[in-house]
Amino acid sequence: MKQILVVDDSSVIRKVAKRILEDLRFQTAEAEDGKKALSACAFLMPDAILLDWNMPVMDGFEFLRELRKMPGGGKPKVVFCTTENDVAHIARAMHAGADEYIMKPFDKQIMRSKLEEVGLV
Amino acid sequence: MSEWFDRFRDFLSRSSGVTLDADKAYFAESRLLSLAQQHGFGSAEELFARYERTRDKVLERDIVQAMLTNETFFFRDRIPFDHFRNVILPHLVEARAQQRQIRIWCAAASTGQEPYSLAMILDEEARKLTGWRVEIVATDLSDHALDVARAGLYTQFEVQRGLPVNQLLRYFQREGDRWRVVEHLRARVNFRRFNLLDDYQALGSFDVVFCRNVLIYFDLGMRKRILGKFAAGIAPDGYLALGATESVVGVCDAFEPHPKHQSICTRRTPPVAPVASGRPILKVIAGG
Repeated sequence: MKQILVVDDSSVIRKVAKRILEDLRFQTAEAEDGKKALSACAFLMPDAILLDWNMPVMDGFEFLRELRKMPGGGKPKVVFCTTENDVAHIARAMHAGADEYIMKPFDKQIMRSKLEEVGLV
Repeated sequence: MSEWFDRFRDFLSRSSGVTLDADKAYFAESRLLSLAQQHGFGSAEELFARYERTRDKVLERDIVQAMLTNETFFFRDRIPFDHFRNVILPHLVEARAQQRQIRIWCAAASTGQEPYSLAMILDEEARKLTGWRVEIVATDLSDHALDVARAGLYTQFEVQRGLPVNQLLRYFQREGDRWRVVEHLRARVNFRRFNLLDDYQALGSFDVVFCRNVLIYFDLGMRKRILGKFAAGIAPDGYLALGATESVVGVCDAFEPHPKHQSICTRRTPPVAPVASGRPILKVIAGG
């Protein structure tokens, strides 16, 4: 079973994402900021990361930059999942090395289609 | 079973081909309630009684359109679109090298996501098509759906269903809280109102027909008639793409399903035989 790390400072978003991902038969792990997410990746590198943009301690961008420097850090598919929904933000995320982008709010169908896009479904 | 609903089912089948089961009165009630209220009635039965009294053409159209299902999304089911890019288009580029013309028909285009998905693929494959005339005719029975399709304006939810983010960035522009298909892609698609029960000859012949998730609403006789009309209007080496749960098997032997993808069919001419039946054999590709 593939593992997805959900990184978001909102416990509600983590809960909703976890429920959808488990419905889609993924194992999930959670982290509430970028720093904790890096620790989680050092312990076990996931297959994919659902990544919020604005978080305390370490934001999504800084996390992505640090992740890609880690051994094995190029492996996870990174899907930004954020309320930032203008073209400039999306383009910046893709330029930074994200594989896909979900604008909140999302539902199961959107999650599935984005994970299909990165080859996980 | 109420008499009005029997008459309504008959009316709907004759007007649009859509077949409702006898136990689906609740479905008609829920679909028509809003329209009934707009006309000052409290139920679908009262609204239909008004239509039966007046035979008002505008009301007829509104009732039929309220009953249609417009569910669609970009690159729905993915397989037919991958097949279009990887198999159908290369075949046609080779086979039409003289004419340099390809005609595609989205026969139930709904709110436009399907023809725009094809238009994006054509745009991405533009280098192979320099100097070609590629036409996408997109038809639907619903005026409302066609208005949305022509505007090419979608909600955030709609652009996230099936559409990869890189194509969102390339082919859409933000307008307020919505996303609009860029002008050059909208210009590629010719939207028209069309009833699948009508004569197809005026539309001309096509190399590819997408008619996905429509036949499921028709009874067997209607499916046979529609597939027969597609067979007559698709080029001998053309293709037909149906919905993921639709098939020509047992319905129309003029098409042959793709061995892996039942919803995708190709039309091919039969080997030359001493006894000519006059009708080519069609091959069908199912949409996964």
